Amino acid sequence: MSGSTVSGSTVSGGTVSAGTVTRLTAIAALLAFAVAFPLVFTNPAVTTDAIYTLIFVAWAAAWNTFSGYSGYLSLGHAVFFGSGAYFTGIATHDWGLTGSQVFWLLPLAGLLGGVIAVPFGLFALRVRRHTFVVITIAVFFIFQLTAYNLAVTGGTSGLLASTINFATATYNNPFYYIALGIAVGTVLISWLIRRSRFGLQLRAIRDDEDRARGLGVRAMRVKLSAFVFSAVPVAMVGGLWWYFITLVDPSSGFDPLNDVAVALMAFLGGLGTVSGPVLGALIIEPSYLYFQQQVSAGYFFWILYGVLFLVVILVLPRGVIPTAAEWIGNRRDRRRRNGAGAEDRPPATTVTGRAKELA
Amino acid sequence: MARFLQAVTDGILGGAVYALMAAGLTLIFGVMDIINIAQGILVVLAAYLSYALSVHLHIDPLLGLLITVPAMFVLGIAIEWAFMRRLRGRERVAMSLLVSYAVAVIIEGALYQIFGSTPVGYLPSYAVASVHILGFYLPYIYLIGFGLAAVALAAIYLMLYRTKFGRSVRATMQDRVAARLVGINVDRVAALTFGIGVAVTAAGGMVFGATNTFNPDSGYDLISRLLSIVILGGLGSIAGALAAALFMVTAEEIVNIWQPTWATAVYYAVLVIVLLVRPTGLLGKREARAQ
Amino acid sequence: MSSLLHAEAVSKAFGGVQALSGATIDVERGAIAGLIGPNGSGKTTLFNIITGYARADSGKVFLDGKAITNARPERVFGLGIARTFQLTRIFPSMTVLENMLIAGQHKERSSNPLARAGGSASRRHAMELLDFVGIASHAAALAQTLSYGQRKLLELAYVLVADPEILLLDEPAGGVNPSLINTIAGKIRELNAAGKTFLIVEHNMDFVMGLCDPVMVLDYGTVIASGPPEQVRNDPKVLDAYLGTDDEDDEVEDGEEASRAGI
Repeated sequence: MSGSTVSGSTVSGGTVSAGTVTRLTAIAALLAFAVAFPLVFTNPAVTTDAIYTLIFVAWAAAWNTFSGYSGYLSLGHAVFFGSGAYFTGIATHDWGLTGSQVFWLLPLAGLLGGVIAVPFGLFALRVRRHTFVVITIAVFFIFQLTAYNLAVTGGTSGLLASTINFATATYNNPFYYIALGIAVGTVLISWLIRRSRFGLQLRAIRDDEDRARGLGVRAMRVKLSAFVFSAVPVAMVGGLWWYFITLVDPSSGFDPLNDVAVALMAFLGGLGTVSGPVLGALIIEPSYLYFQQQVSAGYFFWILYGVLFLVVILVLPRGVIPTAAEWIGNRRDRRRRNGAGAEDRPPATTVTGRAKELA
Repeated sequence: MARFLQAVTDGILGGAVYALMAAGLTLIFGVMDIINIAQGILVVLAAYLSYALSVHLHIDPLLGLLITVPAMFVLGIAIEWAFMRRLRGRERVAMSLLVSYAVAVIIEGALYQIFGSTPVGYLPSYAVASVHILGFYLPYIYLIGFGLAAVALAAIYLMLYRTKFGRSVRATMQDRVAARLVGINVDRVAALTFGIGVAVTAAGGMVFGATNTFNPDSGYDLISRLLSIVILGGLGSIAGALAAALFMVTAEEIVNIWQPTWATAVYYAVLVIVLLVRPTGLLGKREARAQ
Repeated sequence: MSSLLHAEAVSKAFGGVQALSGATIDVERGAIAGLIGPNGSGKTTLFNIITGYARADSGKVFLDGKAITNARPERVFGLGIARTFQLTRIFPSMTVLENMLIAGQHKERSSNPLARAGGSASRRHAMELLDFVGIASHAAALAQTLSYGQRKLLELAYVLVADPEILLLDEPAGGVNPSLINTIAGKIRELNAAGKTFLIVEHNMDFVMGLCDPVMVLDYGTVIASGPPEQVRNDPKVLDAYLGTDDEDDEVEDGEEASRAGI
């Protein structure tokens, strides 16, 4: 049986295969490592980078739960990120919150993200995929424009946070663990969704929306639910991010490059898989941060970024995880076919063949 | 009242130029199902080219078009051939979006590298003067821009409806597979169309650069406007792009009289309102086929 | 009235082309009805109208006496009419089993939205159907890896998930090898014996004549003959429709065959 990273449903419900055990152990190890990380690597620069990375893991996983599963690419999720950031900033000032109190705002920020997503989604999801992307871009610019022009958002200079009185040595830790929590939670829910009936409906919409409709799938309802869900974690990490860097302004809170980066992460890892966006974020964000620090000479890393993007899309169009899964499946089938007793299964190599045919 | 009419005039003149740039975008979409996000930064690139020719080589920007237009045409073909053509599979549209965004990022980075972030501008002598007719001020540069746009749009129209190549383009727009079946070299049509779509940015860019100070960051504002125009007019419809551009820019100019800060918001507000009523845009062509 | 499906005087035009004009068909409960006709006679259009994928310009459609004219596809589906498509429409990036689960998803009423897709009952039912059509061993494979014939079988299993009363099959034997055609015919007979009604559009004359009764003939959008296969086969109007304007029909037929095979 091929690795269930791609399909996610097993035929027999009974025995647990060796593959599942390996995967569970790997996940447990990864989690343990993540939890212990700041205690082992105490250098603040390192944990800072880790926090940024986790923020993008959460963002990419959330984005993928909507865009990856449904096939509707959104380039406007920064709307939620910025809204979360600004909300947290405004609320902190208005309600005079300090220290750890601010963290309690995050769920509210998430809620706000979800609330914004409802009219946004109702408006944008009425159209098919091409127009949808463009609408998300347009809405994104509306929000950015609003941030520039409203007094409450501080206009061009944005909103500052006052310095926080956390202990210097472990200053980053609360941020790290919260980011980790959001990221893990998002990935978990993403996984649950994928194997659920809801996820099935989403993926059917992606493959053939009309046919899915004809089979009784309530397309609008399903798409909107996924869209709203995907907004919540993004808004939360937006709020966290504001508090962490103590500043948000329209160009950073609503930064179009973020949306592109997130899409790239999901594509690189494997659009529509659960672990794909995580892997993509774990690869791209640290690389980006590294380059940003190394290449001080102006805007060279933009060029690098774009080139990397192109390479990923042209060379690995399906992303790392599906390509790897297919490669592993191929080797396993080849070994099996070389052994005794041919199985009545279509060789996985036909996947590539079919895919080319369908192009 | 006079200000209102002036705003309308400015809107029409300026709108024509935007129509030109948007026409390229919508043409590319119509033929290739690709939303070329890079169109905005390509306009900026063209503006920088005109700037370099004008300020460093002292070549008049209008004359410079003889260089920039072919240059951008070649660039367009190169982009299509190198990247867009390679895209395969069911996620083609999505991937083309990301690819064109990547190209845009690369160009933007290169422009920052070469020209820096300080806004520049060039003002040919005729840019500052204007014609004074019936109490209206018609800046020469806008008239030139309008003229260019009219000529170019007419050329595109003639090309599409009076030439054999244009027939191939229209056929490909309607049904790619059928076009191939009747012997049209779809790949060549795609490349040339992309080239044309980018070449029009040369003209638009020249006017844009002459009427604004700009830096690489200006691409974002441009592309968001162009996208709004194209969506409003209906993806794939050149006439729609023209109508939408004229409408949007005029609306913005009018709002600008009273509330300058929110003038750009008009763009999006119009877009939102129209899309609520007509999801396919004003003159929307066939929407995405089962994708 | 033992008529299960009844379409009355249905007309439909696409631009300048009159696809259907006053087509009336009648399918009795428990029958395997065939619908044949030259290319362009309006067969698929009629299917589309019955199942809600197209709107009729005029005319009515009744299911078991109840009017369902211009109802939306999901409603038609919910009322017990299932259909297959000429070009198989499956969900390529999902596994065969998942395809089956989607077909049955509207019946699952679990309150927990995150519950695992497909309870054990649904899965068992799906596997039974896959077994029935003979592709159970491919349950975990991605649907896009199936061969054309296997997709046809999947589509058949598919439409059975919802346990429909009447199945509309659009060219079930098209582009399929002879032994598989026999298998499909056999399955149809089995299902019919178990009480299912069929309306089948087909070009394969042997298939239709050997399986269907009654056979209805559509030409230029109207029904020109209807009755047992032997009667229809020898009806001069039918022969005329098929052989009538000779060369044109042959060319169109070849062209359609070619396009179906190639694209």
